[in-house]
Amino acid sequence: MANAAMPSPLPSDAPMVQLIGVNKWYGQFHVLHDIDLTVASGERIVICGPSGSGKSTLIRCINRLEEHQKGRIIVDGTELTNDLKNIDQVRREVGMVFQSFNLFPHLTVLENCTLGPIWVRKTPKAEAEAEAMSYLERVRIPEQAAKYPGQLSGGQQQRVAIARALCMQPKVMLFDEPTSALDPEMIKEVLEVMVELAHTGMTMLCVTHEMGFARTVANRVIFMDRGRIIEQNEPEEFFNNPRSERTKLFLSQILHH
Amino acid sequence: MSETQAFAETPVAEPTRVDLTRDWVRRRLFDGPWNSLLTILAIAFLVWAVPPALNWFFFDAVWSGGDPAACRGAEGACWAMVHDKYRLILFGRYPYMEQWRPFLGMLVLIAAVAVSCRRANWKLWLAGVWIAAFAVFFGLMWGGFLGMTHVRSELWGGLPLTLLLAMAGIAAAFPLSIVLALGRRSKMPVIRAICVVYIEFIRGVPLISLLFMASFMLPLFLPEGISIAALLRAQIAIILFSAAYLAEVIRGGLQALPNGQVEAAQAIGLSYWQTQRMIVLPQAIRMVIPPIVNTFIGLFKDTSLVAIVSLTDLLLAMRQAVADPEWRVYFVEGYVFIAMIYFVFCYFMSKYSQYLERDLYTGNRRS
Amino acid sequence: MATRSEPRLQAIAAKPASPAWWRNPDVRAVIYQVLALLLVILIGTYLVSITMHNLEVRGIRSGFGYLDHEAGFRVGETLISYTAADSYGRAIIVGLLNTLRVSIIAIVLATIIGTVVGIARLSKNWLLAKLASGYVELVRNIPLLLQLFFWYSAITGLLPAVSAAVELLPGIYLSKSGLMYPVPVESPAHLWMASAFLVAVVASVFYTRWANRRQETTGVRPPVVQVVALLIVGLVAAAWLAGGAPTAFDAPAKSRFTYTGGASISPEFLALLLGLTIYTAGFIAEIVRSGILAVPWGQTEAASSLGLRRGLVLRLVVLPQALRVIVPPMTSQYLNITKNSSLAVAIGYPDLVSVTNTTLNQTGQAIECISIMMGIYLTISLAISLTMNWYNKRVALVER
Repeated sequence: MANAAMPSPLPSDAPMVQLIGVNKWYGQFHVLHDIDLTVASGERIVICGPSGSGKSTLIRCINRLEEHQKGRIIVDGTELTNDLKNIDQVRREVGMVFQSFNLFPHLTVLENCTLGPIWVRKTPKAEAEAEAMSYLERVRIPEQAAKYPGQLSGGQQQRVAIARALCMQPKVMLFDEPTSALDPEMIKEVLEVMVELAHTGMTMLCVTHEMGFARTVANRVIFMDRGRIIEQNEPEEFFNNPRSERTKLFLSQILHH
Repeated sequence: MSETQAFAETPVAEPTRVDLTRDWVRRRLFDGPWNSLLTILAIAFLVWAVPPALNWFFFDAVWSGGDPAACRGAEGACWAMVHDKYRLILFGRYPYMEQWRPFLGMLVLIAAVAVSCRRANWKLWLAGVWIAAFAVFFGLMWGGFLGMTHVRSELWGGLPLTLLLAMAGIAAAFPLSIVLALGRRSKMPVIRAICVVYIEFIRGVPLISLLFMASFMLPLFLPEGISIAALLRAQIAIILFSAAYLAEVIRGGLQALPNGQVEAAQAIGLSYWQTQRMIVLPQAIRMVIPPIVNTFIGLFKDTSLVAIVSLTDLLLAMRQAVADPEWRVYFVEGYVFIAMIYFVFCYFMSKYSQYLERDLYTGNRRS
Repeated sequence: MATRSEPRLQAIAAKPASPAWWRNPDVRAVIYQVLALLLVILIGTYLVSITMHNLEVRGIRSGFGYLDHEAGFRVGETLISYTAADSYGRAIIVGLLNTLRVSIIAIVLATIIGTVVGIARLSKNWLLAKLASGYVELVRNIPLLLQLFFWYSAITGLLPAVSAAVELLPGIYLSKSGLMYPVPVESPAHLWMASAFLVAVVASVFYTRWANRRQETTGVRPPVVQVVALLIVGLVAAAWLAGGAPTAFDAPAKSRFTYTGGASISPEFLALLLGLTIYTAGFIAEIVRSGILAVPWGQTEAASSLGLRRGLVLRLVVLPQALRVIVPPMTSQYLNITKNSSLAVAIGYPDLVSVTNTTLNQTGQAIECISIMMGIYLTISLAISLTMNWYNKRVALVER
């Protein structure tokens, strides 16, 4: 089985991420309906669905880039509320990779990676730089450390973004359509880095259309539509035996491109 | 298992209008102690400033009554002064009986601007419309035919003068600015140098110095016997002034045009001037119409400077009208009156420019 | 074979025939430029000859000798000593200093007010944002000259006469004749305080450097803002104490119908400063607002998701990028303030244009006077442009 080489999620009492009855409105538009989700430590979750289904909003609620109005979100034991201390605590443990990379163009690649450790984790500069270089090596672009983001290709920028998030040594990594803004020939290099990351036992939530990645790496695939979780299952079951009509429709659209 | 305990007692329901309004007020006005304090201060300021202003402007104001005595006791604005003097303010010293002519002329000019606002009309014949509009305007103001008495340019004044200076300024500056913009991007060093020197010189000095130059130095440059009216001198200064600023705006458009356009034109075999005329300029100018409108707004405000060289534009006409010893104390009403006129013109032009920007750029953006 | 034949080799080696000279683009370029130069020179010579003739006919002298002649007119306010017996040259310098004086103060005030209003426009607080927008729309759509005339007329027309001056704050009086304020009496302590300030600034620089190094080695950042503030305030206060703690102020004191003592600002200066500041602050507010908006929201999100708090997000990520967008148009506004200060001539503030105008009227030498004035403004513009170009090159984002 494709998942045989992957470390399986650690059985533990406390799940890493918990969403209980989460609801969110934009004005009067109900964008998340009663979301219940539990993610164990080391689990890899792929979330897919048509555009507007709320999948990006869902993971952005987990690191408080969006606020939920009803329900509870608990990350590694800390509940997300309006309390700034809790938000800081959660953000320290959660790393995020964006669709449009969002690298800081006025800082070098190395400075992008060390910004968080130096100013948030209060790491001394030399130590932060050494760690950053090791992560840059993991994403296979250590030689670009002194360059500026504007000088890199899209695929390289996204890998730097992954390294930047990893430098904070998070317990959970969120990916918001990491390859959607990339030219086709660069998608592979980023997916490879994500697969390697999965090998290390990182808890990952990915919103993506890359179904091959889902098959290789995911423990669970979740299908969302119009703000609700319609179906979730192991990848093999999900792709071969979709239960809901909407899931079937979506899969037929996406797997025949 | 306390974490997974049921959380809320109330069923999940859609937020009502009242909820949304309350939520909006909380978020946008009273979000936190600092914001709440600011809101309270803002409301206090409004309560302190607005009612007395409204009283002065409307409720206690004197609206008519032929002489200043009517206003003397009143606490509010003396709009009777404007009522008495508005012809002087709006038309300057133009002969009273002939004032329908500048009024009509203004309407013609404003109509030309209105026609130019529709995007569908941005074609070459628009230039013809403007030329015709100016011809009609000058004909009406100058007179001397069709039974209209001749009126010297020294007597032209007020709002028509302001409109004339601004619109003729930009219209005449346009061809010059295109030449300057193209020249500044030319590969020939001498041409480029001449254009750069001109543009940087004009942009480096205040408009008032150019007006002085036109008023005091221009007569010295003319052969004996030839003299030009003060109005023409100021108009020349304004044309030369706007040409430099417009040239920079157009240069921005030229720079933004993708190189591929010129290359494609060259591949077809078009000459330099054909390329500029048919491919480059139409696109480049279209791209920078919002900044051009902004330049026009600035120019419209700058025409008030001719008051310093004693040309009776709207600002000077008002100051002269209010200099009347009987009405002199009501100068605030005069300033407010013409401020409103300027504001209306400039505000709507800037709204138009913003609308254009949205319209033009959504078309250009790649989805 | 055919590939090695003589004629073919010759054809390859031969240069292409030069086009006729009138079709050669390089020759054409030279011709155009020569023609353009000739045109400029011709027009120039023509104008110069007519001008010389006209000057002769009207009996106007030429040359810059008049600069040493006695000016014969008084100037309302000056930064350096000047009397009617001084030369025209000195009068022009007085005018220039007045221009710089009002421009620099207006630049500082407009920047502060404009930045605050610009940030207010972006505020989540709806009322604040709307008030700020209203202010900006109001001042940007009314001509500056009108605003100047209004402020000047209001100050000289609506304010009470000196004998009934309004006391804004203890010792500060506002009237038709301007603003009067108290100044500290000269004392040696002031020299101490000035030196203490300089010492404090230098010490702050060194301390900040040390704090940065500390953060690099240990990761913990010692407090910077508080220490610097303490240093400056503390050292200056200490110097004041050491100098005998002088508290004597020369305040304006009422004497019969007027006030004596203290210092004052003329109504002309006040009106010009008010008008320039309030007008330009509106434009600066827009520049600051669009600068902050120009930074993509994703930057704030990325920085927040790293765990940085709002203050650090602003300082480390948003502001550096926003400043790159803000500084060029901002310096353009500073240039505008300097040029707009020329409107002083309309309300009687003796700036460079005012003095030039008077000189021109007295000597009749329009060309020389206006040329000097334009030359000075051009120099100021050039200086500001060059500074901006240097800054832009230094902070340009590095791209492919």
